[in-house]
Amino acid sequence: MAVSTWQPILAPVPDAAPTPAGLIALHPGYAPFAGATLAEDPAATPSNAALTASLRGLPAVDAVGVERRAAALASRSIKTTAKAQGISLAVSMIDLTTLEGSDTPGKVRSLCRKAVLPDPADPALGPVAAVCVYPDLVATAVTALAGSPVHVASVATAFPAGRASLRVRCADTADALAAGATEIDMVIDRGAFLAGDYATVAAHIAEVKRLCGGVHLKVILETGELATYDNVRRAAWLSMLAGADVIKTSTGKVAPAATLPVTLVMLEAVRDYHALTGRRVGVKAAGGIRTTKDALRYLVLVNEIAGPDWLTPAGFRFGASALLNDLLMQRRRLTLGSYVSPRDVSVD
Amino acid sequence: MPTESRSEPVRVDVRKTCKLFINGAFPRSESGRTYVVADSRGRFLANAALGSRKDARDAVLAARAAQPRWWGATAYNRGQVLYRVAEILEGRREQFIDEVSRGEGITRARAAAQVAESIDRWVYYAGFADKVSQVLGSANAVAGPYFNLSVPEPNGVMALIAPERPSLLGLVAITAPALAAGNACVIVASQAHPLPAIGLSEVLATSDVPGGVVNILTGSASEIGPWLAGHRDVDALDLTGVADAALATDLVQRAAGSVTRVRLADPAEDLTRVPGLGRLRFTCQVKTVWHPIGT
Amino acid sequence: MTSGPTTALFDYAPAPEAIGIAPIANSYDLFIGGQFVPPVAGGRLATVNPATEQILTEVGLADAADVDRAVKAARRAQEGWARMRGRDRGKLLFRIARLMAERSRELAVLETLDNGKPIRESRDVDIPLACAHVFYHAGWADKLGYAGLGANPRPLGVAAQVIPWNFPLLMLAWKIAPALATGNTVVLKPAETTPLTALRFAEICQQADLPPGVVNILTGGPQTGAALISHPGIDKVAFTGSTEVGRSIQRTLAGRVPVTLELGGKGANIIFEDAPIDQAVEGIVEGIFFNQGAVCCAGSRLLVAEPIVEVVVEALQRRLATLRLGDPMDKNTDIGAINSPDQLARITSLVAAGVAEGAACWTSPAPLPERGYWCAPTVFTGVHQTHRIAREEIFGPVLSVLTFRTPAEALAKANDTTYGLAAGVWTEKGSRILAIAEGLHAGVVWANTYNRFDPSSPFGGVKESGYGREGGPQGLAGYVHAD
Repeated sequence: MAVSTWQPILAPVPDAAPTPAGLIALHPGYAPFAGATLAEDPAATPSNAALTASLRGLPAVDAVGVERRAAALASRSIKTTAKAQGISLAVSMIDLTTLEGSDTPGKVRSLCRKAVLPDPADPALGPVAAVCVYPDLVATAVTALAGSPVHVASVATAFPAGRASLRVRCADTADALAAGATEIDMVIDRGAFLAGDYATVAAHIAEVKRLCGGVHLKVILETGELATYDNVRRAAWLSMLAGADVIKTSTGKVAPAATLPVTLVMLEAVRDYHALTGRRVGVKAAGGIRTTKDALRYLVLVNEIAGPDWLTPAGFRFGASALLNDLLMQRRRLTLGSYVSPRDVSVD
Repeated sequence: MPTESRSEPVRVDVRKTCKLFINGAFPRSESGRTYVVADSRGRFLANAALGSRKDARDAVLAARAAQPRWWGATAYNRGQVLYRVAEILEGRREQFIDEVSRGEGITRARAAAQVAESIDRWVYYAGFADKVSQVLGSANAVAGPYFNLSVPEPNGVMALIAPERPSLLGLVAITAPALAAGNACVIVASQAHPLPAIGLSEVLATSDVPGGVVNILTGSASEIGPWLAGHRDVDALDLTGVADAALATDLVQRAAGSVTRVRLADPAEDLTRVPGLGRLRFTCQVKTVWHPIGT
Repeated sequence: MTSGPTTALFDYAPAPEAIGIAPIANSYDLFIGGQFVPPVAGGRLATVNPATEQILTEVGLADAADVDRAVKAARRAQEGWARMRGRDRGKLLFRIARLMAERSRELAVLETLDNGKPIRESRDVDIPLACAHVFYHAGWADKLGYAGLGANPRPLGVAAQVIPWNFPLLMLAWKIAPALATGNTVVLKPAETTPLTALRFAEICQQADLPPGVVNILTGGPQTGAALISHPGIDKVAFTGSTEVGRSIQRTLAGRVPVTLELGGKGANIIFEDAPIDQAVEGIVEGIFFNQGAVCCAGSRLLVAEPIVEVVVEALQRRLATLRLGDPMDKNTDIGAINSPDQLARITSLVAAGVAEGAACWTSPAPLPERGYWCAPTVFTGVHQTHRIAREEIFGPVLSVLTFRTPAEALAKANDTTYGLAAGVWTEKGSRILAIAEGLHAGVVWANTYNRFDPSSPFGGVKESGYGREGGPQGLAGYVHAD
């Protein structure tokens, strides 16, 4: 199995020298995370007992405090030029997604067209970061997007529940990779996580990452099922340890999906992990983000929690479908100076 | 058996040396001074220690040292200790009736009523010790995900100036609520009628009240009061016994130095009646604690 | 004017609140007996926008003659007000609370113009809490018998109230609401530098048809306040402000009328190793940089467990660098202006003392605007109990960081102050929270949070932070003859 060589999608921002000593001093729980990822070095896989101790050694999250901080950041007022910047940025961060049983090649081709040029009247805008589909439609998307910078992301590993054997989950991933997916969105085994079997969760992620090689791996925590912020923080660290390139909130199939406070906790995790290891892991907020106002709130969060270095398509993604049209409408609203109609933008 | 015709030789009684009560011990005043305590007709009763500023200083030190343990005891325990004071007082009723009636020049019946009410007042506050927080505290419905609780906590060290009359009940009425709430006290007893206070210190010394929790000084409120009022380690000042307006003004002003809270004498207050909550409220300050509610 | 950390990709544009919503007249009179009347001697006082140094308007400078008029107006109104049925007094207060809420945006703008605090805070904290305070107390007016103050608590009479500049309308509400609910009438003096929202409140009293004289507002300076509290016609003094003035009030009154004092503080914020660090950092920021640190209950002394002090300070500095300092009227501003040049001078001199005493001084890299009164967030590390910056109230955005080894040492250091207003404790261990909360000599303890306020939650201090409570049933006690 090839050793992972993680490559950011866009040019990497030079990293400041990491200062892991401080974090480890803060909580010895951080120490095991400082070395190579499990995908890179399977021999380094700790016992479940050691993983448990490490994860429980992470600083706790006070639920009320984190929700309060998220609410305060949500009250930032992003207007005029900042709004225009935010809209362009948000468009570039979108994983334009269709994950329905009724998906067809035609639907996917329409989506790909929209991904490359979201608004024909505004060719300066776009493209989006990726199109996200089920594995059996990857080939269609790859063909439709040929020659464009838009990535093809595929959900895999028995999305969305992930309730299949590792063999099946890997086969699902291999299919998507074989069809040309350049990004994989996998789900963690939430059952194993909630049962305290962290080693299994980590082993699955590492195995899928080894399959992916240089292909970007987004690990879906499905925070709506993890229920507590402490679990979200632990799952985030576990995923990064195992080799995730991006940690992602949700499948979009479970409510609640992405929320501001959950994303805030994940942004703190990637920020601290970067300080510890120098490796910049991205965050993807998926599900339920439909309006420009929502998107701008997420961007504020990224800006003020992880920092401006994460304000790139490598650092942050939106998993969304309806969001794009609202961004387009708001962009037109800024340009025209009058309110616009949904008729002014295409359905997909 | 032959009858004794000669009269018995007169037995000389043993009189008590009246001392201060500081830190559980009975010292003389460091100043070496005493003053004459007379009955209502001016007849000599005893020499009482004339407390000085240094006695006040020692008493505050003792109270400060003793207070954390007294407050740290369970409220149930404090209640039992106060009830024990009542028990012992009950057994020595005759002594107190005698001291009160001779000192104040009132009938034995009225003195008996005062002593009875004093004992009952201890019982009243004994039963209050573990209810103060329920009566004066509150759980507050704040507009947010927070557990919010207000609990009364003792002032700490209280300086109390007892009224001249009723000499026993006045002292008990101001001391018992302070103790029930967990304070340590430095008390200036009735100057003219200090013997019940001195008797009470002996009761306290034998009733499981830890040394230093109650300190009783005899002497002049106008001499000791200013030192207590201006003492920066006194947390609250009860001037129930200060009827003189000029002295009260002076004491409040001295207390301002460390922003010490003061309760003034209320001419309308009838100390023989069980009071409302005002007295107890003055012995405490409410502390409010917030904590988030979240998973 | 707003500056802050930016990225080329996403730079917050100015987002100024519209100030046209709060027109300011050229001059304001005193509010006495339900009418705006000029000061007898005709004295005037300018009030300045501390963010621009521009004069906003002038207000009346009340002197002893005006105080006398106001106290008499309050006296005339008091009997009728106390006799009014509780439910009707309550309805008038409810009406006022509603009017304040309706005009909340206007009040927020005025507060920010006059005080220099960020509009975000006046909009989201000061004004909503002030409305809530009046609403809460309105409901007490016909239920006083259940407040634990006896069956029939009687009002004291005319209350003289003097409030500070740090939360002008909120402090007004804290003073006026309980006084009115219990049947007192008031003469209130707002701070010299922040009179505008109090004058708007006077208009609201008129709009609410509050009986004339129930609320009287006297703008003015320290002499006005001194004349008010020494007026023989008052029955109660409620003061919020410095410990020094509190002392002198207690001396002046000498027990003549009941007093409640809410004075200074030097709050300790204790961070244990097992604290939820990210939220603790937020709590530290809210504790000392909220309202530019001009908060009597500010967590100005940070006590950190020695093993984690470097990490906490590093995280704190990273966080402080994201605070946006500048135009208070910008909705994205986190740190506004210092209220007055005098206050700025006090802060600056104590910061200089900290440097002279050898503590390590770090200031946020935020550039300061050229005009106005500004102080960048400042953190002192290596501070010891003997340093002046660990003992004296700075009332500015200046944090002193100290360390401790054990819970007992944390408590000993936290309590090593003449003040006793508020304190914080951060740990995930429930039993430790309760033990520390019990051991702290403070009127308010925030555990795993800081600087939260609510009208139902009593607020006030011990030791030299004063006595008396504001809020909750306990807060009513300061305004009645209770059993």
